[in-house]
Amino acid sequence: MSDATHTGGGQRRTSLTVADARTKRRNATEKRFRIYGLSAICAGMFFLVVLMSAILTNGLGAFQQTFIEVPVYLDPAKLDKQGGRDPEQLAKVSTFGYAPLVQNGLFQLVSDAGIETPYDSAKDMKALISASAAAQVRDWTLKNPDRIGDTVSFDILASSRVDGYLKGRVSRDGITQDKNIDAGHLDLVDALRTQGALHKGFNWDFVLGADASESRAEQAGLGVSMLGSLFMMLVVLFLALPIGVAASIYLEEFAPTNWFTDFIEVNISNLAAVPSIVFGILGLAVFIQFVHLPQSAPIVGGLTLTLMTLPTIVISTRAALKAVPPSIRNAALGVGASKMQSVFHHVLPLAMPGILTGTIIGLAQALGETAPLLLIGMVGYIATNYPDGVISGFMSPNSAMPAQIYEWAKRADPAYYERAWGGIIVLLVFLLVMNVLAVLLRRKFERRW
Amino acid sequence: MYDAPLRNANVEALNTKIAAKDVQVYYGDTHAIKDVSVNLLDNTVTAFIGPSGCGKSTFLRCLNRMNDTIDICRVEGLISLDDEDIYDKRVDPVQLRAKVGMVFQKPNPFPKSIYDNVAYGPKIHGMAKSKAELDEIVEKALRRAAIWNEVKDRLHAPGTGLSGGQQQRLCIARAIATEPEVLLMDEPCSALDPIATAQVEELIDELRTNYSVVIVTHSMQQAARVSQKTAFFHLGNLVEYGETSQIFTNPVDPRTESYITGRIG
Amino acid sequence: MPVSWLILIVLAIALVGYMAGRMRIAGFHGAERPHSLPNYYGWNVAMKAMVPAFLLLVVWLIVQPFVVNSTVSAQLGEGAVPEGASMGLVMSDVRRVAEGLDAAVAQGLMSPEQVTDLRTEFSNVRERIAAAGVALGSNVTAPVLAAAQTWRKMNNTGTLMMSAVVLGLALAGAGWGLAQTKRAFRARNTVESGVRILLLSAASIAILTTIGIMLSLIGNTIHFFRIYPAADFFGSFTWSPSFGGGSQLGIWPLLWGTFYISIIALVVAVPIGLFAAVYLSEYAGPKFRAWAKPMLEVLAGIPTIVYGLFALLTVGPLLLSVFGRDGLGWMQAGTAVMTAGLVMGIMLIPFVSSLSDDIINAVPQSLRDGSYGLGATKSETIKQVILPAALPGIVGAILLAASRAIGETMIVVLGAGAAARLSLNPFDAMTTVTAKIVSQLTGDADFASPEALVAFALGMTLFVMTLGLNVFALYIVRKYREQYE
Repeated sequence: MSDATHTGGGQRRTSLTVADARTKRRNATEKRFRIYGLSAICAGMFFLVVLMSAILTNGLGAFQQTFIEVPVYLDPAKLDKQGGRDPEQLAKVSTFGYAPLVQNGLFQLVSDAGIETPYDSAKDMKALISASAAAQVRDWTLKNPDRIGDTVSFDILASSRVDGYLKGRVSRDGITQDKNIDAGHLDLVDALRTQGALHKGFNWDFVLGADASESRAEQAGLGVSMLGSLFMMLVVLFLALPIGVAASIYLEEFAPTNWFTDFIEVNISNLAAVPSIVFGILGLAVFIQFVHLPQSAPIVGGLTLTLMTLPTIVISTRAALKAVPPSIRNAALGVGASKMQSVFHHVLPLAMPGILTGTIIGLAQALGETAPLLLIGMVGYIATNYPDGVISGFMSPNSAMPAQIYEWAKRADPAYYERAWGGIIVLLVFLLVMNVLAVLLRRKFERRW
Repeated sequence: MYDAPLRNANVEALNTKIAAKDVQVYYGDTHAIKDVSVNLLDNTVTAFIGPSGCGKSTFLRCLNRMNDTIDICRVEGLISLDDEDIYDKRVDPVQLRAKVGMVFQKPNPFPKSIYDNVAYGPKIHGMAKSKAELDEIVEKALRRAAIWNEVKDRLHAPGTGLSGGQQQRLCIARAIATEPEVLLMDEPCSALDPIATAQVEELIDELRTNYSVVIVTHSMQQAARVSQKTAFFHLGNLVEYGETSQIFTNPVDPRTESYITGRIG
Repeated sequence: MPVSWLILIVLAIALVGYMAGRMRIAGFHGAERPHSLPNYYGWNVAMKAMVPAFLLLVVWLIVQPFVVNSTVSAQLGEGAVPEGASMGLVMSDVRRVAEGLDAAVAQGLMSPEQVTDLRTEFSNVRERIAAAGVALGSNVTAPVLAAAQTWRKMNNTGTLMMSAVVLGLALAGAGWGLAQTKRAFRARNTVESGVRILLLSAASIAILTTIGIMLSLIGNTIHFFRIYPAADFFGSFTWSPSFGGGSQLGIWPLLWGTFYISIIALVVAVPIGLFAAVYLSEYAGPKFRAWAKPMLEVLAGIPTIVYGLFALLTVGPLLLSVFGRDGLGWMQAGTAVMTAGLVMGIMLIPFVSSLSDDIINAVPQSLRDGSYGLGATKSETIKQVILPAALPGIVGAILLAASRAIGETMIVVLGAGAAARLSLNPFDAMTTVTAKIVSQLTGDADFASPEALVAFALGMTLFVMTLGLNVFALYIVRKYREQYE
């Protein structure tokens, strides 16, 4: 111990306030590393912002739609040849009978306004208005037969090209190859706009309406597929919640430790990670091929999604049950309740907020899931009709929101792309509401033991 | 049991290594350390004793700014090492901690080999220029920590595979491998059995020749065995500080007396 | 009697049984109290009425079609199968005819007697059935009509028998329960063990689901390998299905596409996710963490269809403008491996980051303290102590992310293109196992053709791959957790 009187370390009696070269270098590394971390987070945020702004800029347009106010002369000679306004006779005139009237109305509007145009027949202006206009006028006329012979002003959907032109989606350069519309039509649109015959309005039909055929993008809506999603979610809620809760109660409270319990646990944790498309195959093979449930029906989608959502619900329910302290169970057992009573009377009510939160999150996941729906035929079905009632809501073919969005994305038409983005906004609003609900529920009932 | 010649040396003649003046520590709203002023000497073992929650560990962690890693902790007052304020803005806590090493309550070897555990500090501080030099540093540290003979044949086995006492001595070896000037020990024997405790205590007494050692302990016997100076903390206050023999035989403050005789604690 | 009516009647019997059980136990007067509360006696009766009846109902509903099917096909014999058709097709004709006849009776177009006397020689069965709203593809032959008649008869008798037996069982069960209703009877224990079995069966649905997946995959895969050699499926490097037959269905181009896209996704997601997790757990203050972590996790909550559309309509065109003909000229179209890989990577960032975050947080604080106490900087501590300690867990997390990437469908369906090719250029369009499962099963292919059945073999491959990855990853993660518990 010859160096006993030396201070420790000895060789480096350096000042603390002056950083040596090595420390400087190390601190620079530290700073760089920190910047990597921060930039990773910023990258994540950046992607989120890009994604959200892509959705909003592309999708908000779907909620606005262009209408043309057209005075239509409801010609009795065409619509009611017999006279007498007999509803049965009136119904015999199909939309083909009404289409020329609408086109004439537009022609009249243009010539009355004194707009110069290269088109000299009503038919040439057809490109401006939606093909759905005739049906709209017909429906109205059948309801108001006494107005036949009058000239009635209708707010008629402009065609998707005209709508796109006003929203900046369709440009004059872009339409040179387009068979559906010419530059002359766009001149006409400009002229009509200065006349005030064109206006944009909130598009309720997009949110509540039915899907339309490929050529009528301006008419397509999300309403029917929304109902399809609703019926599927009802199935998921009423099957996955009770089954999931029952399974969790068993595993958490009653299951003996043996190979069978382990086997169930392994199955649940694996099912949670099975790709969703595999559940689609399961739904196709079991529910459609084997049980012969109707294809494309919400009940099949609901059953498939139930199986897919179950692991999520079981995992969160078990966490909620686990959070209830054993003292509660012991207290109940101590006053002579049976194990079953202690669980159903005390543990389950206390765990309920957690269970509901997990269920809502599971439902949100199921609501946005698309891949399994592709296989059970919910894509490709054109959801043009509302279900007649509750039974047909479950059993008759329908689409679902994400499937409808996919369907629109596949139609390879910018007008439908806009609607697909718009559909995503609606879908995300639903998911947002559900998640906020889950968070609020958790906040309100959160209990610290 | 004591190293008699050194013990008889005049401790007052030694230099002050760490000086603390009016130190206040706050944890959020809690005032954990109140007005602590103390001078810790070089080549001396100083023991911090006191009941649980009295702030002795907190104060210890102020001495190498380990409290910086806790967001809600705030330190006021002056603590200086060799007359340099360690809370000065220009001071890099990384450099400070190289000079003021620390051994923790629970042995915490890294999940690496024994060799890598000890070599970690020297490597990050760039103390060795070659592998041979590093080997030498590691061996020296393990020898000083009195564990070399037990581990020399399995330097590349994981450090977590050692027994509790060996792990703690490995952690001490790891701390002294960076050649600190002060060694802080936070209840280093609380997780150890009596035999391992005796080994570590012996080690602490030897370390005094090179370092200033500060040890927090729950055991008054341990404080009496290993330290020359003792500080008694109570409810965040430094109640009494003086020669260990004086504190244990003739305490000035009634609170110290109560603690030593077992009435508070 | 329709099944729904049967269910309602059994439920009614159970309800009456419940009331009767309660009343019966309440009717006992005397010093000795019954063992359980009156409710439990009621439930005991209801349970005994319902459970056996419903179990039998379910079993019957599953077994009857098989019995009918095999009897009818035996009656038809091989001779009834025309050239180029299969027994299955003929049987589905039989089923349609039977359904049509049922519909005709239900709508009052024909009387039950007329239906039984129906002959192909005297009337056009196809027209008559069409009038009831069931369209047939071809005219009805005599053997098919006869088979349909047998079908109807067997089903009618079967259903009648089923109704009788089920109702009998329900009544017998209720009677048994009522007979048990005595003071000394431990009704609560009986009911509780019943509930316990109910809970157990709910838990067993997980097993049933797995079995269902296995059966639906394995059955159809075997079917596929009977008509298309497995050696070609696993050995061929060409994927060119043609619905006229003579398809080449080699899995390698699809596997290559799957792996290529997954690797690009992981190259994006792992560094970003890992660094984000490190920053969040080691550097970020509680306030920053409180909003940054949920924001990142929003990315995980967005449905995959949104990412698919994002790939197709935003990222694809963007990449095309840089790497396409107007730019570097490497890219032909917006849909490509790179497009899908990038977007999938974005989707996986929160997945990697939150799993890694959990794992990094599980590294004990004492290791950090030990390192800081030696004068290590934060980054040194992270790189040399925390990450090595957390490595097994992080590897597990990455494997789970890889399994996600392999099974992801919507992004590749919309963003990766449809061409199956073995190429090294990440800007080429390629396709994946999942995308082909979708296209083979949603096309117009006949369900029994190899072109459709191959989807099940692909599904089986996908299932085995992801299952293997998951089991392995979960094993690693669990091992890692145990280390610090």
